[in-house]
Amino acid sequence: MIPRIKAITGSMNRRRFLAGTAGAAAASTLLPRVGHAEGELNILVWCDHVDAKLLEPFEAAHGVKINAKAYEGTGTALSILEQSAAGDWDAIVIDAPDVPQVADLGILMELPEDIAPWGDIFPELRNAPYTHVNGKSYAIPEKFGYYGFCYNKDVVDPADASRGDIAWNEKYKGRIGVYDYYFPVLQMIGMSMGLKPADIKMSDLGAIRERLLAMKPNVKMVGDIVSVQNALVTGSVDVIVGGAEFAVSNLIPTNPHLDWTIADHGGLIWNQGIGVLANSNRKELAMEFVKWILSSKGQGLLATSDCFWAMPANSTAELSDEAKTLLRWDDQSDFLAKSNVSLLPSAEMDTEMLDMWTEFLQS
Amino acid sequence: MPAPQTTLKDASRLGGLPLTRWAAYPALTFSLLFFVAPFLVMFAVSFWQRLRGRLEATWTLANYEKFFSRDYLVDALINSIEVTLITTVISILIAYPLAYILAFKVPPRWQRIILLLTVLPFWTAYVVRSYSWLLVLSDNGIVNSTLITLGLIGEPIALAYTRGATVLGFVHFFTMLLTLTIYSNLIQIPPNYRHAAADLGASPLQAFLRITLPLSAPGVAVGAFLTFVITIGDYITPQILGGNTEVLIPQAIILQISRSANFPMASVMSITLMVVVTGCYLAFARHLKMDKL
Repeated sequence: MIPRIKAITGSMNRRRFLAGTAGAAAASTLLPRVGHAEGELNILVWCDHVDAKLLEPFEAAHGVKINAKAYEGTGTALSILEQSAAGDWDAIVIDAPDVPQVADLGILMELPEDIAPWGDIFPELRNAPYTHVNGKSYAIPEKFGYYGFCYNKDVVDPADASRGDIAWNEKYKGRIGVYDYYFPVLQMIGMSMGLKPADIKMSDLGAIRERLLAMKPNVKMVGDIVSVQNALVTGSVDVIVGGAEFAVSNLIPTNPHLDWTIADHGGLIWNQGIGVLANSNRKELAMEFVKWILSSKGQGLLATSDCFWAMPANSTAELSDEAKTLLRWDDQSDFLAKSNVSLLPSAEMDTEMLDMWTEFLQS
Repeated sequence: MPAPQTTLKDASRLGGLPLTRWAAYPALTFSLLFFVAPFLVMFAVSFWQRLRGRLEATWTLANYEKFFSRDYLVDALINSIEVTLITTVISILIAYPLAYILAFKVPPRWQRIILLLTVLPFWTAYVVRSYSWLLVLSDNGIVNSTLITLGLIGEPIALAYTRGATVLGFVHFFTMLLTLTIYSNLIQIPPNYRHAAADLGASPLQAFLRITLPLSAPGVAVGAFLTFVITIGDYITPQILGGNTEVLIPQAIILQISRSANFPMASVMSITLMVVVTGCYLAFARHLKMDKL
């Protein structure tokens, strides 16, 4: 290699050297390379997967190091992938209703059916319209919960919370916090109007918009999970619309006055899926990781991850009695029976919903 | 024959090129790579569209039309300008007397210690500082608790999740910055100027208004410009302290990116923001004399 270096430097003048150095520096710093070292797996995930107690058993069993990057919002994940080189990422966790749209972009690998313990996965998730795209699996349901209501039970009547119209209830004017995610909140509003999420059409958005804007006078703040948790714990709000187990389960042990519920007419089911990137160079290892996450042990650890708690998709998950109580394990059959899975919006409908949300925030 | 003398002119040349020209290359390269090139890309993308989940180079003005035809998006820009102007004015009103006292009333040996104390809050993370303010301003926070304990109020006052909270968070940060820029300008004003004014019969107020204030304008202008530019582009403070009760332009940009990866629409908003900042620069340009700092 030394002669080659000589040959290059020998023909370089000062300007070329500077240009080359600048170019190399730019390439090494500007281009968003994640890269692989031998024995590493790169995963693009939600924050609940960045938990040592979840990752370490897999790393030890397979002799690999996992590089986990947490993101929030499918748009962010897509932009990270667009800016990465092919093969940089191996596994991804994604909002399950977005799977058809993302699969359509060719980003996700079709998964073999035997990768998941389908028989143990709650049927409402197994049969959700976004779990299979044209009969193929691109992301397996791994964790779920509901969009409902979190509240301070010292102040809020549980009956008010479960009626589903608390966001418009004058009794709680100025005491309402809203989880800052337009997609579920707009569907919850549709459900409060008697619409099934899957049936919501573009023509329904006008009425939903009116009801959304009518909610604003009661709203004190809108924020991400940490912000609404903070507002509830510090007493700035008494109710979080759009929150449920994922927002307060890990807070209840130290804040026993907090609780969560879903509306009597049902909650909106959310669930996240885990898949493998189509251009991964380590598909086998990535699929092993998917299997670990879906195993009974992995599911118990994922459900009670440091970042947020929620129900495991696998009904055989290993959970303590205390965790089952906080997650309302015994209520699941009732909750699931009356709840609905999310609608599958077109890109145009999604854009319209985001515009409505921005208008709501600004109103 | 006398030995050749190295002149200042010779020293400023390297390899036949003026040193100043060489010195400009790194800054020029940096600007080209990290400002001009990304800006041109962003400008081009602003004419694209995200259709059916994909970015498509459609070369249309549709995004600009949408931005300027939706009141709630234009309001985001107006809100940003309002919050920024309020922050800048309040920060100057607090920082100027602070810097003045520091420069002219505090003995020099104490000035360094006080300056150190002034910049101490810079050492904490921005997000942590914002959440700390939230704890102070919340309904159960120290302000409301104290007022209730003293019997001054019966119910908590809404302090958190308001525009006032956002402005407070900004002012806390930028007062420090402005104090430093104004102070560094004030200490360069020769004391003889004020003494001469006094000898000629000027009152302290006249000396301040006609000598100190005009000469310290560059420090105020630089600090105000930095405050304006950083505040108008800040996302964290309004997001945490404002509680999304109104949308500022950086929040509108993030909504477009994080939820739907709509880079074209986000680019339109960013370019609009840049136009405002450029206008601000042009307004301040006459006073932006960095050599005075």
